[in-house]
Amino acid sequence: MLGGALPLLRLIGSTARDLAPIVAVIGFFQFVVLKQDIPNFLDIVLGLVLVMIGLAIFVQGLEMALFPIGESLAHAFTRKANLMWLMVFSFGLGFGTTVAEPALIAIAGEAASTMARASAIANNETARSDYATALRYTVAVAVGAAIMLGVFRILKGWPIHWLIIGGYFLVVMLTAIAPPEIIGIAYDSGGVTTSTVTVPLVTALGIGLASSIRGRNPMVDGFGLIAFASLSPIIFVLIFGIVVQS
Amino acid sequence: MMGQWITTIAETFLSTTLDILPIAGIFVFFQFAVLRQPVANLERKIIGMVYVLLGLSLFLVGLERALFPLGREMARQLTDPAFIERTGSGTDIFWLKYYWVYIFAFCIGFATTIAEPALMAVALKAKEVSGGAIGARGLRIAVALGVAISLTVGTFRIVTGTPLYMYMIIGYVIVIVQTMRAPAMIVPLAYDSGGVTTSTVTVPLVAALGLGLASTVPGRSALIDGFGLIALASLFPMITVMGYAQIGRWLAKRTKRAQENVQGNAQKNTPENNCEDVSGEEVT
Repeated sequence: MLGGALPLLRLIGSTARDLAPIVAVIGFFQFVVLKQDIPNFLDIVLGLVLVMIGLAIFVQGLEMALFPIGESLAHAFTRKANLMWLMVFSFGLGFGTTVAEPALIAIAGEAASTMARASAIANNETARSDYATALRYTVAVAVGAAIMLGVFRILKGWPIHWLIIGGYFLVVMLTAIAPPEIIGIAYDSGGVTTSTVTVPLVTALGIGLASSIRGRNPMVDGFGLIAFASLSPIIFVLIFGIVVQS
Repeated sequence: MMGQWITTIAETFLSTTLDILPIAGIFVFFQFAVLRQPVANLERKIIGMVYVLLGLSLFLVGLERALFPLGREMARQLTDPAFIERTGSGTDIFWLKYYWVYIFAFCIGFATTIAEPALMAVALKAKEVSGGAIGARGLRIAVALGVAISLTVGTFRIVTGTPLYMYMIIGYVIVIVQTMRAPAMIVPLAYDSGGVTTSTVTVPLVAALGLGLASTVPGRSALIDGFGLIALASLFPMITVMGYAQIGRWLAKRTKRAQENVQGNAQKNTPENNCEDVSGEEVT
């Protein structure tokens, strides 16, 4: 614990540099453009210090826990060579990290009220909450399926760009026939699914798999899981919109 | 006041812990029921996990208590019709009156992405896996530029009321063309950087900006036009990251050519001269 103090101090120094742009932007707009003082100056300074220390501790934890956990699981799975369990695990990881994601719950609720106001669904409490729950599970299944497909791709060594470009074509096609109210929501749902804890885990898992399977290059095959996880919710939500409408 | 901060930190720590319980459950199940292996360095991993949760909580509380209120208030003031009227009086072109909004969107997109923890994680891994060929800082700056551009384009879209799918489709076409031409090893990483940009820091501020703008610009509805900023913010970083690799390769080639001109043709085919900075082989 004590041995970690010096690197931690150095990390705090480097996170201070990462936060400098935010301070500069806020300072510039507050003083130069809007021409006003900073309210609760002390609160802001205290908040910045917390953000700085928090980031430094987080990065320390990444190297100690999230990266090694993802990698050692990947190695264990390739040693056991059980495809079925690896697929179940991948789906579970994607589904489990998404279904309780606060950002997703927020966007599903907003989507339900948008649809109610557009009279696409009945405007009452039950209809709205049913819609929000269905949407949330749709996205969670989408992310689970995406991680599963992504892991399968790493095992097979398929080139990622055909899958992703194919996905985009599907998105464009579905956009043309989906109800207009769902489009913005669908596009945004792709962005909210990847949380700060999931990203390092999933990245380490992919790289771990690619580096423990012979013939795979961690750079070319290891990355890409996050990309699947951000693309597939768009497709699933667009389909969801089309199905609910008809 | 101090007590209040500590209570908030404790509450956030608790809710962050609850958020990761499903993942923790999955890991424990697979470790003990399926893989049935002892965990190496268990103690270190548990301490690391506590670090992750504690760090994230402090980070979130700091943002929520200090930066977000100020950022949201700024987004509100900058999109306020009175402010637009005052600063935009120099021009008659409607969308140009909002120039401070575009500048703010660019700056805040860049600044918040640089501080995004998920992006730090991916950049660290990319540097490690590429053996340092892809610098962590360079990648983060490329992604941040992508988010900055996308927010500027996104706010412009809200002001002009043009449909989102047009921008998305044009963006997709650029991504496809770049995929064919960029160094192969950057492509998966570039696709990933689209997804990591929009988590803890960027989304709350971006949402405030989008909704603020959509509810104050005449003729826009917050319901239909407020969405879409996040989608653009996950699209443009792919373009800038592939662009970053393309520029890197182009510079490396140019330097190589310049060296060859100086040295003559003597070393043309030695392996050293065939090393390129961030490139792999072409996608064919």
